Amino acid sequence: MDIFLQNIINALQWGSFYAVVSIGYSMVYGVLMLFNFAHGDIFMVGTYIGFGIATLLLALFSAFMPGWMIFILVILITMFLASFVGVFVEMVGYRPLRGAPRASAAITGLMIGIIFETGNLIILGAQRFSFPPLIESVTYNIGGIYVTNVKVLIIVASLVMMFALHLFIKKTKWGMAMRAMSYDFQAVPLMGVSINVIAPMTFAIGAGLASVAGILYGQAYPVLDPYMGISLGWKAFVAAILGGRGSIMGAALAGYLLGFIEMFVPMIFPSTFRDLIAYSIILVILTFRPRGFFGMAHSTQLRL
Amino acid sequence: MKKLLYLVLAACVVTLCFSSNGWTQRKTTIKVGINAPMTGDIPKVGEGTKYAAEMWLEDVNKAGGIEVGGKKYPVEVVLEDNESKAESAVKANTKMITQDDVMIIVGPQSSKQAIPAGDVANNYETPMISPWSTNPATTADRPYVFRGCFLDPFQGPVLANFITEEFGFAKAAVLYDVASDYPKGLAEFFKAAWEEKHGAGSVVAYESFTTKDTDFSSQLTKIINSDAEFLFTPQYYNEVALIVNQAKDLGWKGPVVGSDSWGSAETVELCGEACFGQFFSTHYAAAGAKGATKEFIDRYNSKYGYVPDDVGALTWDALRLAQAAIEGSGELSGNVKKDRAAVRDALAKIENFEGITGTMTFTEEGDPNKCAVIVKISDKGEYEFYKSICP
Repeated sequence: MDIFLQNIINALQWGSFYAVVSIGYSMVYGVLMLFNFAHGDIFMVGTYIGFGIATLLLALFSAFMPGWMIFILVILITMFLASFVGVFVEMVGYRPLRGAPRASAAITGLMIGIIFETGNLIILGAQRFSFPPLIESVTYNIGGIYVTNVKVLIIVASLVMMFALHLFIKKTKWGMAMRAMSYDFQAVPLMGVSINVIAPMTFAIGAGLASVAGILYGQAYPVLDPYMGISLGWKAFVAAILGGRGSIMGAALAGYLLGFIEMFVPMIFPSTFRDLIAYSIILVILTFRPRGFFGMAHSTQLRL
Repeated sequence: MKKLLYLVLAACVVTLCFSSNGWTQRKTTIKVGINAPMTGDIPKVGEGTKYAAEMWLEDVNKAGGIEVGGKKYPVEVVLEDNESKAESAVKANTKMITQDDVMIIVGPQSSKQAIPAGDVANNYETPMISPWSTNPATTADRPYVFRGCFLDPFQGPVLANFITEEFGFAKAAVLYDVASDYPKGLAEFFKAAWEEKHGAGSVVAYESFTTKDTDFSSQLTKIINSDAEFLFTPQYYNEVALIVNQAKDLGWKGPVVGSDSWGSAETVELCGEACFGQFFSTHYAAAGAKGATKEFIDRYNSKYGYVPDDVGALTWDALRLAQAAIEGSGELSGNVKKDRAAVRDALAKIENFEGITGTMTFTEEGDPNKCAVIVKISDKGEYEFYKSICP
């Protein structure tokens, strides 16, 4: 029983990263109908920006500012800076290819990803950085289940972020524009909503979310690596498909589901088979629900 | 027209002059190849390799080159990055052997790259010394491949004996990377040694993950809920930091024991206080070293600003072994294929080589008989010598 409950906590933490990152894939798909394959690497760049800001702020303010305040500052500044990375990717990678065949636009993402990885390697070198702990980790023992404050923070912060995004999309004018764009990105610009505003905004929000996920990731897994976004990015992409292309709710739920499957498979089977079994399960799910959980049959239907 | 003819003729003469000069002087350069992970998963290992090679080259150049058969030859080091990948290590070896005409190769460091790269070196009949690869497959049935360290079949029992004697434990947990040759091999050897000592089923949790994984909480939860008394994890420094800290967060209180892959200078830096007080087996201990070892450590430290890890020390030894072999090969014919064979034979014949990581004589397989050192990470994060265990 202990193992079961402990793994639920573990899965919630691990699934949070998949959920937040996969939302980035889904949003872009919703608006532009293509997957931004650079998103895993945007997550990586966001983490490194967060690392830089965190190191800087800790050096400047740690004497007279409490840790949580620095933490919030780091998140805000990083989100702001990382959103420019998203805008940059859109403007350099996707805008010039908007009229190009689908496949060309899809591979630009891959190329930008490689440029980010190798660029990072050249600028910062190959050595690993350790993300500074912004919040002193405290372990609580609740009836044999171990929970750290960092874990709770990651789960809560991810849920808050996703809820905020949900509100933004459903309640604001900008959100309405995004939803309209996902109906028809050809016709909506004729109504005076420019795709050149909405598309960069979508990328910026996705990148901002990914960078916060990166900071939280750095708190839980503090070893940074230029290639850290690849595997997480691919798995989050799987979650985005599983959730139903373009569905934000679906992407979030599928992200958590992926986390749960990855945690619970080694509980029953040898851990060597973890990914093999986990992704076979997902393949089976997709066989029966080829459009994912919340995917619609026609691309013109509401996806956000 | 006539003028042009003269000009061409003159050019020919000049060219001939230069080339004949080349024939008479026979200016052969000895090329030493280094195959190291400069980028990829374990760049710190590549850095240590490069620095050791730089220091060695400095010494050789100061002496005016390597002396073979009464003649001094200039030395050139060819460094290739294997990106910590098996395919790239194979490519790097092939390139250095076929294009750069290296006489001997030092590296690759980890078994994942050294095993396939060793195959290339052996096929091309080029001597190769892997300073750090402890998996038996690297040198097995390969007359041209040598190594500078002890083997995992030795390290596994050493650790099993040490833990039994030191802590009196009987139940073990193992967590290892199933996709990498070194951790997988060592985990198996350790499991076999432990079960031989404490009976079948004494390894109560035998869990794995794959390279690039960062979350081990599911495996660790399983380990913590088994009745294991300690955790053995033969991983590289980037994973050690994550495993040890996550184990602590999940309520693990027992010791975590490691192997020689922990010995990197970055382990403590990334892992922090969670690693203090843990033990691992390795090739040498920097704290409390004497003689030539201390001399090397001090020189490295003053030059690069940190105490060299075992990779640096082993690479230094491997390069000096290579030098000794080249010097002992009699004379250089200028035909690189013939010279490689001569160097290989000289290397196999080396006896009681005084390295800074111990005295070495190669066995039939090209493996040295060496002692292992148990190191304790002190409360200041230094690697303290704890015990020496010899075969």
